[in-house]
Amino acid sequence: MGVKTLLKKALVSREMEEIFDRVPKEAVGSYGYDPWGASLEGSKIGLAIFKRFYDHYFRVQTFGIENIPKAGRVLVIANHSGQLPLDGVMISIAVATNPNGPRAPRAMIERFFPTVPFVGNFLNEVGSVIGDPINCVRMLERDECVIVFPEGVRGSGKLYSKRYQLQRFGHGFMHLAMQTGAPIVPVGVVGCEETMPSIANIKPLARILGLPYVPVTIPFPLPARVVLSFGEPLSFPREVISEEHVAENVEKVKEKIRALIKQGLEQRKGRFF
Amino acid sequence: MPAKKTGKKKPTVLVTGAAGVLAQQTIARLSGKYPIVAVDFRRAVEIGPDIPSYKVDFLKRGLEDVFRQHDIDTVIHIGRIGTDIGGKFFRYNANVIGTQKLYDLCVKYKVNHVVVMSSYFVYGASPYNPALLDEDTPLKASDLTLNLIDTVELENLSQIYLYKHPQLNMQILRPTNIAGPGVRNNIGRLLSLRWAPVLMGFNPVMQFIHVLDLADAIGLLLEKPKKAGIYNIAPNDWVPYKTVLSECNIHAVPFPSVPTGLTVSTSRLLKWKAFPSYLVNYFKYPVIIDGGKFERTFGFKPARSLEEIFTHYRELKKEPWV
Repeated sequence: MGVKTLLKKALVSREMEEIFDRVPKEAVGSYGYDPWGASLEGSKIGLAIFKRFYDHYFRVQTFGIENIPKAGRVLVIANHSGQLPLDGVMISIAVATNPNGPRAPRAMIERFFPTVPFVGNFLNEVGSVIGDPINCVRMLERDECVIVFPEGVRGSGKLYSKRYQLQRFGHGFMHLAMQTGAPIVPVGVVGCEETMPSIANIKPLARILGLPYVPVTIPFPLPARVVLSFGEPLSFPREVISEEHVAENVEKVKEKIRALIKQGLEQRKGRFF
Repeated sequence: MPAKKTGKKKPTVLVTGAAGVLAQQTIARLSGKYPIVAVDFRRAVEIGPDIPSYKVDFLKRGLEDVFRQHDIDTVIHIGRIGTDIGGKFFRYNANVIGTQKLYDLCVKYKVNHVVVMSSYFVYGASPYNPALLDEDTPLKASDLTLNLIDTVELENLSQIYLYKHPQLNMQILRPTNIAGPGVRNNIGRLLSLRWAPVLMGFNPVMQFIHVLDLADAIGLLLEKPKKAGIYNIAPNDWVPYKTVLSECNIHAVPFPSVPTGLTVSTSRLLKWKAFPSYLVNYFKYPVIIDGGKFERTFGFKPARSLEEIFTHYRELKKEPWV
């Protein structure tokens, strides 16, 4: 019996199987894998592992999850924080277990992950892919639900002193939304900033290790309460008039996320307790 | 200078690399339909009484005699020195300079259809590759290793002739991993082993095409010779490397993946043909290509499943001499 089968037996409950069975599946090959290396079995195991943390460790609260369409292409755009991609994991679980209609989440991850042994592979198995525009377009053309953090490492690697301050958004996601006609669901993530508060970034060490940042922080995530606020879908015309026009659209999304973060901070019951 | 060809009924097809299994399967599909001429740099292969066969070194003048003696209309250029044979300079001369001589003869003797077998290796195994690489994706293989330069240069040379000599109606094929009975490339050798290395922490998804399906695909090209261009050939099926090993009854031997230099040096020291140092990254990062353009243009669907490919390698291991 393989490791995956053992893990599945030990971790995946019947309830979890039922949730996953409701998720619409995109085309997979004869061995259950898609072109990005995601597998049905891997997704189930990943969901089973992290759902426990989602429910009991981070005690995630969601608001407006019904704004994720039950079917069809959609870009979920969120603020990024917390050194580790826990915000991506939490949004993915919220999307996969959405009581209004679960979807298979496809989170775009930083480009260095595929070079990290075990981690890159695991992330691929559970449905994540490197944040490449070609990947994103292909997935949206397959009517998938794609999660993007336009701040990238500027957001995830920022210091605790800059918490809840949105960093510069790349424009790529807006071009993709306009190119493919995918609606954007903005998400305000609150709580991940407190999971791994960083007081400094050791840039020389990061350069040596080939990593985007090496934070001075605690060695494991703290049990901060996480609030995910999903906004109403935003649609943008497909025609790109100018880059300035694209920047204005990006600013609209950013404003929406800023408002959702504020709302989440007000709705949060407490940072840790 | 040869005279311009006038309307013949059936085009004469020159197939290079005739000693290889892919060329032989291609010839099997075309013989009877078209007059065939077979050449190979290794030996004159006995194929059949109606098929003239020659041992030809592309770098020697004797190659032109084949064009002088036969009124060649179509060239199917499969004959290449594999990445597991000889050094990089030998391969460069044979694959790039030799191919250029062949193309020049195609221009001189007014060949009107050239099919050339490139490889998905040209895309390079980069951790930053998106999935489903299409034919417009930049080629990165030579960034990663000098040993694949001849592969990329052959591709570049073919593209130059594709655009500079449109009358050649060149079709450049980039198939994914070719496997199946008789295939002796790197992946064929690896799948025939009982033990194979696995880079710890990496398990890339891969694609495979059965050698008989690829021969079928080449057969289709003869029916639509005017559709010049570059085509990926790959099925819409994906499987991780470790699953491939397990399906082929191969024991996975964990191999340190970090630092990369250690893996490459170890492979080089062992001189492992099935797992050469310059292909290490292809067992680390996925190189998934999109075969949709070929599928749409020629109506091609592989008839053989991954399971069929793996069954062949499982059965092979039941033979006592393997």
